[in-house]
Amino acid sequence: MAENSKAGAVDFSNWSCPLPLVGYPTIVMGHGGGGKLGNELVEHLFLPAFRNTALENLGDAAVLNLPSGRLAMSTDSFVVQPLFFPGGSIGDLAVNGTVNDLAVSGAVPKFLSASFILEEGFPLAQLAAIVEAMAAAAATAGVQIVTGDTKVVERGHGDGCYINTAGIGVLRSGLEVGPHRAKPGDAILVSGTVGDHGMAIMSVREGLEFESQIRSDCAALNGMIGAVLDSVGEEVHAMRDPTRGGLASTLNEIAQASGVGIAIDEARLPVRMEVQSACELLGLDPVYVANEGKAVFFVAPDAAERVLAVLKAHPLGRDAAVIGQVTAEHKGMLVSRTAMGANRVIAQQIGEQLPRIC
Amino acid sequence: MCLAIPGKVEEIAEENGLRMGRVNFGGVVKRVCLDYVPEVEVGDYTIVHVGFALSKIDEEEAVKTLEEFRKMGILDEELADGDEAFARAAKAPQSPCPDGSCTAK
Amino acid sequence: MKYLTEFRNGEIAQRMAREIHALATRPWKIMEVCGGQTHSIIKNGIDQMLPAGIEMIHGPGCPVCVTPLELIDKALAIAAQPGVIFCSFGDMLRVPGTDADLFQIKGAGGDVRVVYSPLDAVEVAAKNPGKQVVFFGVGFETTAPANAMSVHVAKRRGLKNFSLLVSHVLVPPAIAAILESPDNKVQAFLLAGHVCSVMGYWEYPPIAAKYGIPLVVTGFEPLDLLDGIRRAVIQLEAGRHEVENAYGRIVTYNGNKPAQKLLGEVFEVTDRAWRGIGVIPKSGWRLSQAYREFDAEERFQIQGIHTHESPLCRAGDVLRGAIKPAECAAFGKECTPRHPLGATMVSSEGACAAYFNYGRFLSAEELAGAGSGLTRG
Repeated sequence: MAENSKAGAVDFSNWSCPLPLVGYPTIVMGHGGGGKLGNELVEHLFLPAFRNTALENLGDAAVLNLPSGRLAMSTDSFVVQPLFFPGGSIGDLAVNGTVNDLAVSGAVPKFLSASFILEEGFPLAQLAAIVEAMAAAAATAGVQIVTGDTKVVERGHGDGCYINTAGIGVLRSGLEVGPHRAKPGDAILVSGTVGDHGMAIMSVREGLEFESQIRSDCAALNGMIGAVLDSVGEEVHAMRDPTRGGLASTLNEIAQASGVGIAIDEARLPVRMEVQSACELLGLDPVYVANEGKAVFFVAPDAAERVLAVLKAHPLGRDAAVIGQVTAEHKGMLVSRTAMGANRVIAQQIGEQLPRIC
Repeated sequence: MCLAIPGKVEEIAEENGLRMGRVNFGGVVKRVCLDYVPEVEVGDYTIVHVGFALSKIDEEEAVKTLEEFRKMGILDEELADGDEAFARAAKAPQSPCPDGSCTAK
Repeated sequence: MKYLTEFRNGEIAQRMAREIHALATRPWKIMEVCGGQTHSIIKNGIDQMLPAGIEMIHGPGCPVCVTPLELIDKALAIAAQPGVIFCSFGDMLRVPGTDADLFQIKGAGGDVRVVYSPLDAVEVAAKNPGKQVVFFGVGFETTAPANAMSVHVAKRRGLKNFSLLVSHVLVPPAIAAILESPDNKVQAFLLAGHVCSVMGYWEYPPIAAKYGIPLVVTGFEPLDLLDGIRRAVIQLEAGRHEVENAYGRIVTYNGNKPAQKLLGEVFEVTDRAWRGIGVIPKSGWRLSQAYREFDAEERFQIQGIHTHESPLCRAGDVLRGAIKPAECAAFGKECTPRHPLGATMVSSEGACAAYFNYGRFLSAEELAGAGSGLTRG
């Protein structure tokens, strides 16, 4: 358990719980049992943090009002270690990850569920910090967490805290985006620097840690994406947030789904100097490193300039760039022009990218 | 084999009987064992492989080498000397972030 | 990054490539020994920039690739034991043993940890006195000083629960073995720059003289590689066979004396089996008598290893430079990074992986013409 409570860069010594939880400083089996202890968690932690009517009714299901039309639904589970890292926590990821999956599908995210699987012995102070982070992230994203669940597993059978979130959003009418809709000639834009999140995690990972100013880019993208869609609407053909596996995985997936080739120029890829340095140190390639606050856009060529302007005007898109285009050649493959002017194929990676010495 | 990258030594201290340094690699700082490079001091550059400094970088030699590279294949370009040549060679391609906080690869 | 980024300048690289085009009047075959150099050549497309007559042959300088299968299987057996914390560089995690790899052992419950430095493994041992901590000490001469220091520190601190699983290989005997081979086509070598930063290059003049072959100490960045190739071509065209240092900012003739001193205390030369190649006499290091108590093979006494290489795998031929990865019948078919048959397809700097990942299965024309619509801003 000691490893699980290693907080990375976060200092808990000044944190104080706004509504004191009765009795227990750590999670016990009873907190998942649906009885008094579980109710206490809901009353004293989740409700005050997430505060909304649907949740406060405390029914078995949240009753929601939604416009008629098409809805999008997404779910994701979050198992990151360490739980707290420079720039964020599992709580931020849990909310923003699902919000972003809905947003890149062209939906306006509205409601989230949040399910926790906690390990016996997990410090309540950490749970409270995670829940506070989720509340703040939800408020920023303009979504409500309307239903949830808590289960507890025995000590040694979990990693402190796992979270699952599911989300519902309302699709814009008339908008058809999807990984299969990229067309030859489409311009490809990325909303900012790549590799920040993965290297922020690396910087606090045992055995590989290093000092840096790198922070996770974890953020809700629905506002920025909404601005892009408001501006050019149907000229966006595909969008995705490149999380695990990095930009390379996302571009490979879209190339395959759309049956097209993708050509990018490495000189145009925005990468923070420190992220590049950290990658050099560990022998990693930034194109394969995870992001949690970036979006990739495939847009009709005429719309590229407008989209770039909208992105750059948004606080989360200041470093946006056009990085390449879709082609009818080398279908299903991502090819990159290197600084040398030569071309290399950026293949889909097998499993996690590992640090190397060679 | 042998991923070794250059870094600048910022601090040196003895730890557990080893001469350890805090070495800065382009903004990323790592603790590195300097036992094999007793001649390296704070402010020097050194090449580091798996947490060990293996060699002090001869900075004069580096500049000289780059200057020779720059001269190759030049037809009529005006040549600069020393620091300026170095600075020109180090200049990255057009950066997409105007505020300089990121750099193109 | 200072002293790194400048040596990746594309404009200068193009000019240096033009120099090489101007210098070469005949076809030449040059081998780069080091896997890191192979990786850099393929990733940056250096070989695409060279004149058609200059062929880069990729050498066996991939310690991951040449670690004997039997040792991998022993590593897997040790890592699977309860009470063992097995520490390794990331490179080794997906190298296939006979039945599994370290990643799978980790998945099955083995405590396998990736570390950046061998000293991290020593710390793990200090913090976990109830466990046996084993570090997989793989590498060429570049990595040996780090591994040597780890056992030296463990000995000094009296750590009884730390051991090293040693698989160290040496470059000069490998070069000699390649040159002795009857079907050798290599006419010049780019020597491994970081190996030479440790060992110097005083070992090489006798080799250059004996075999009449140019040897150029070369770095890893595009400009360094192009310079090494350029100097090799100049010597070849002039019929010279000398040792040259193209990596003077890092490498000196005598190398790193303090490192060599500790290496001499901690290790001794031994015969070594190179996976895919066979035994090369006096081509490896093992722990010396004074440090033998830290040898993991002796401490764990793993028995009953029965190795089995895939008959389709031609990693050995690739490592010797006898064939290119694409010339292996299994390349891209039975053997891919997802289902590697041999280490050269697993290691990120193995020639087969480099070829596969960087697109040598696209035809040369397809690759050159790709992205032709891109304009550089």
